[in-house]
Amino acid sequence: MSIVDWFANKEKRRPSSKKLNIPGDLWVKCLACSEVLFLKDLESNFKVCPKCAYHFRISPEERLKFLFDADSFEETNAGIGPVDFLTFTDTEAYADRIKRAQKKSGVKDAVRTGRALLKGKAVNVAIMDFGFMGGSMGSVVGEKITRLIEAGVENKHPVIIFTASGGARMQEGILSLMQMAKTSAALSRLAAVSVPYISVVCDPTTGGTSASFAMLGDVNLTEPGTLISFAGPRVIEQTIRQKLPKGFQRAEFLLEHGMVDRVVPRCEMRQLLFDLVMLLDPHGAEI
Amino acid sequence: MKTLAFEAPLQELYEKIAQLKQLSLEGDVDLSREIERIEARADTLKKTIYTDLSPAQVVQISRHPNRPDSSSLFRLILENFIELHGDRAFRDDPSIVAGVGFLKKHRVMVIGHQKGHDTKENIYRNFGMPHPEGYRKALRLMKMAEKFSMPIVTFIDTPGAFPGLGAEERGQAEAIARNLREMAGLTVPVITVVIGEGGSGGALGIGVSNKVYMMEYAVYSVISPEGCASILFHDAAKSDVTSKSLKITATDIVALGVADDVIKEPLGGAHYDWEAAAASIKKVVLKNLNAYKKITDVKKIQEERYMKFRKMGQFSE
Repeated sequence: MSIVDWFANKEKRRPSSKKLNIPGDLWVKCLACSEVLFLKDLESNFKVCPKCAYHFRISPEERLKFLFDADSFEETNAGIGPVDFLTFTDTEAYADRIKRAQKKSGVKDAVRTGRALLKGKAVNVAIMDFGFMGGSMGSVVGEKITRLIEAGVENKHPVIIFTASGGARMQEGILSLMQMAKTSAALSRLAAVSVPYISVVCDPTTGGTSASFAMLGDVNLTEPGTLISFAGPRVIEQTIRQKLPKGFQRAEFLLEHGMVDRVVPRCEMRQLLFDLVMLLDPHGAEI
Repeated sequence: MKTLAFEAPLQELYEKIAQLKQLSLEGDVDLSREIERIEARADTLKKTIYTDLSPAQVVQISRHPNRPDSSSLFRLILENFIELHGDRAFRDDPSIVAGVGFLKKHRVMVIGHQKGHDTKENIYRNFGMPHPEGYRKALRLMKMAEKFSMPIVTFIDTPGAFPGLGAEERGQAEAIARNLREMAGLTVPVITVVIGEGGSGGALGIGVSNKVYMMEYAVYSVISPEGCASILFHDAAKSDVTSKSLKITATDIVALGVADDVIKEPLGGAHYDWEAAAASIKKVVLKNLNAYKKITDVKKIQEERYMKFRKMGQFSE
């Protein structure tokens, strides 16, 4: 046996990394502290690591389940879908990207909107989905958010928006940028009728989304460790050519600099949201 | 003057003309016919070059270091431009200039991104990339304009809002977001001209307006072609591809319903003739000021602006 064969055999004898892999449906590894966690334990803890309190990114469905009254969500405008009006192609056609994301997620675009009950109190709620093309804001996200805010102007129920988005969707060109103006304009109308708007900035929220409705809450809340920025850390590092300080652009950094009102652990979010809307809403003291 | 690569043949002819003129001055040979011939050739060449520009070339013109800047245009358009400074909270941001003046008989508030024409000036102006305090200065003055019933004219010319440590600390996102919301509700008309580079949120931060005009060789984009290429292709050099696919030229922006119209530039671009460029802008702005003067119901002005942006977006339902 040559030395080459010996190495080859040694490779074979080594247990493959595949075998070490934990079955994905039972166990997960904490992305922060690497602790191996029983999935059911993690889910019963709002998908927050019981050891280090790392907040996992969660889907809109999980957020609805964790925060709002069971089965109270009535979805609106679920039928609005994206169109590839620029026939935009990079390494993949935008039309194909859309199809793939829709197939994977079962929804049409990166936000779900509707009415839900929060401990019996009716609210207008939007939840963005980072899993759908990085939560990017194109015409559909802009339109659905705008309609939700306009619903708030009409029905006077508080508006709560959970953001999770990389920013504007490049594949829709200038019209994706204009969604920032459209949604923010709608918020000026909501402000005029004194309906409270609470923005819950979730991980991660950057670019055009943070520079529009995410930062415009009467109250801005966020979860521990959330990345919130205008320009992403990599862009800034390239611009200023130096390493960024630890914790830069994280939730706690924004709290310190006065950009958010509170950093709220996920297990306290439901109660706090309820307390805030009850306190702020001048239109409906009774639930 | 800096020459763009595609302008080089034209520049050669101009140099030849200059040489011949010099020769005819020095000697007593009559070269006027020769000069005329080359001048005619230069004119034709100029027309050919500038009638068939690729989007990537338009991007270059929009960033031309000799393009007229906001501050100079204000001085050319207004009777007596008085610059006003500061956000009253942190500092004065030289990347945005603003002030008041008379445009004919109209009192106006003018606000614009400010680039420099050389390295020293560009460093002072931060290459036209504002910090949060720039947007807050703009908002302070827009609110002042509202208070005194003055129409607002804004000029967009920025690569984007500055991505830096201090900008993030002081809330770049919040500053832009607030401007978008507050501009939407202004009771005075706002007229915007994209005079050069319309770079993303940093441009829009002073661009939620009743009327938006594109200079002929200006661009307006959600992301710079280079930034887009480096994200999608991991290669900023592919920007000639993305400058096409992003649809960022003046005619594209009008076709997509984001701008109302294109303002023609002098042949070859505004950098050849600042006065002519300023005159064309002045004409368009004046026409609008006259029209808005007749609208006394502020609700109409707010509604028009709201609906303009409300309609933007394409989707299936």
